[in-house]
Amino acid sequence: MRTIEQTTGEILDLAAQHFKVPRASLSPQDDFFKKLGIDSLQALEMLTRLENHFGIELPDYEMQGVSDFRTLASRIQARL
Amino acid sequence: MLDLEKCDSLGAALRDALKRWPEEVCLIEADRDREKARLTYRQFGEAAHPLAAALQARGFGAGDRAAIIMTNQSKWLISAYAVFHSGGVLVPLDYKLTPTEQLALLAHSRASVLITEYPIWRALMQTEGFVKRRVHIELVTEAPAGADLGGAMRWEDFRAEREPAFVPRKRSDWACIVYSSGTGGRPKGCVMTHENYLEQCQSLTRLYPFWPGVRYLSILPTNHAIDFMVGFVGPFVCGAAVVHLRTLRPEYVREAFKRYKITYMALVPLVLKNLQRGLQARFDALPKGKRAVLNALVSTNRALTWRRPKRWVSRRLLGAVHKEFGGELRALFVGGAFTEPATLQFFYDLGIAVANGYGLTEAGTAVTLNDFKPFRPDTVGRPLPGMEVRITNPGDDGIGEVTVRSRTVMSQYLDDPELTAETIVDGWLMTGDLGRVDKSGHLQLFGRKKNMIVTAEGKNIYPEDIEAVFEGLPVKEFCVFAANYIWPERKMVGEQLVMVLQPETNRAVDEALRTEMTIRNQNLLNYKRISGYVVWERDFPRTASMKIKRVELAEQLRSALDRQSVKAI
Repeated sequence: MRTIEQTTGEILDLAAQHFKVPRASLSPQDDFFKKLGIDSLQALEMLTRLENHFGIELPDYEMQGVSDFRTLASRIQARL
Repeated sequence: MLDLEKCDSLGAALRDALKRWPEEVCLIEADRDREKARLTYRQFGEAAHPLAAALQARGFGAGDRAAIIMTNQSKWLISAYAVFHSGGVLVPLDYKLTPTEQLALLAHSRASVLITEYPIWRALMQTEGFVKRRVHIELVTEAPAGADLGGAMRWEDFRAEREPAFVPRKRSDWACIVYSSGTGGRPKGCVMTHENYLEQCQSLTRLYPFWPGVRYLSILPTNHAIDFMVGFVGPFVCGAAVVHLRTLRPEYVREAFKRYKITYMALVPLVLKNLQRGLQARFDALPKGKRAVLNALVSTNRALTWRRPKRWVSRRLLGAVHKEFGGELRALFVGGAFTEPATLQFFYDLGIAVANGYGLTEAGTAVTLNDFKPFRPDTVGRPLPGMEVRITNPGDDGIGEVTVRSRTVMSQYLDDPELTAETIVDGWLMTGDLGRVDKSGHLQLFGRKKNMIVTAEGKNIYPEDIEAVFEGLPVKEFCVFAANYIWPERKMVGEQLVMVLQPETNRAVDEALRTEMTIRNQNLLNYKRISGYVVWERDFPRTASMKIKRVELAEQLRSALDRQSVKAI
């Protein structure tokens, strides 16, 4: 079982890879819309990548109102 | 198509559709790549009638209001039909609003019924003020076994076996109350009559017809005026089918085109842009030779279709691209916000017709729509049949406020005669948008007169609605504006919200204040956030009742500061 820190770290790794930004530039409290310059659909695309990575399914509504990596990690952690 | 002239209400039109095409498929519901439901018109009626009967047995009847807060799915339409069949007034609320906003609008609408989904209901139950805003009948769909519903009933169990009465309504009776804004401030509940919808439906289907076999892909929220019309009323009165996709994930949207051989789809510029980006990435990945062939085919298609679209020519030339869209696509409708002409041109060059339109909830959805006679990416098309568009107080350049007169224009704002009188003047709807009608009758838009922004997702954001989040900020006073309202620009992209603040006496805007603004800003949904702030050291002009005189304040700001004064947060 992953810890929340591990889950958060893996999310940051994947986001950095997917949007081609330096991993070191991302931190858990970042607003990913602002930091990555993405829109809500691109955030959903990232979510699909994360689902595949963690082997879970996260309904779209779970992303409602979520804009930072830390909260996203807690939503994913709850389904692991 | 049904003869809507003979129908007095949406309920009557939908009832007639169920009788006319019993064995045609009307609804397909898919979640990602899994099909969850497929209903014929007969089965749709069999699902809706017991619900209508149960509502009626609990006293729901003519003129009573029922709110729906649901994502796009078959139960949305089934519930709506049950409400119309019972003579009720539908209040479609946005499932993307926060629970607090939903409860506020629910209370404002005075709905006696709420129909919602389990995750939304769970969030509502945990919200402050929930208990005092409970309504007479609360129905929750898809609740897990054993879930605590706090006294609400399961939608699936709420059925009565007797045949429900059909409650007739007049054309002038209310059909829906649709909120165009006002989640945090003054609610704008547009009261739409049955006539508004029946007229709009006739007008739209004249331009873009539906028939049995046509499939409309519904991804815009059904509470949105566009999807309610082209993803429910329009297809149903023509015997067509609606495909609900319960996710907005771009990869599943693309897949749905192929799987369900979609004919039409309405979307907002954000989704269109995403489709463009996906296609462009695939084109860019082609080997050099194939890319050259594609470019040549696109050029040929452009040359052959410059006067008007020729679907068969484009499908022949660019078959691989059209296959990605299922091969049956006739048009994509885009509206709700400004679409860049380059994006429209990108699709047109591929032979994919994207009908750009302009409308607002108050006008009964669409006012203008591109008819491709010829293709004009620089405009939002010509007025739909039955729509009169006039430019009031035009300047030397012909640009003025767009005003609209039509049988589709709402009857009023709910419980707000003052705002109604300001908005509908001598029968003309003042849209607050700036535009010009060219010689060929096409409308071009140039910005806004009103203090609001529209996002690429088609969301109307009124500054007053987001100010509540900043209440208690340690400043003397503050106010939020659309930047374009203070410093008008003749453009409709990149609109931003800015805060004007007067610091406390002897306190500068320091790091602590900026941090607090940022934290509060993050409590807003990302598309509602302010982009920056300006410091204003003078007292805000106020009315006798201490309300900020926004027009006057904007004038003062305009004369003293420019856009460069805005500091980003």
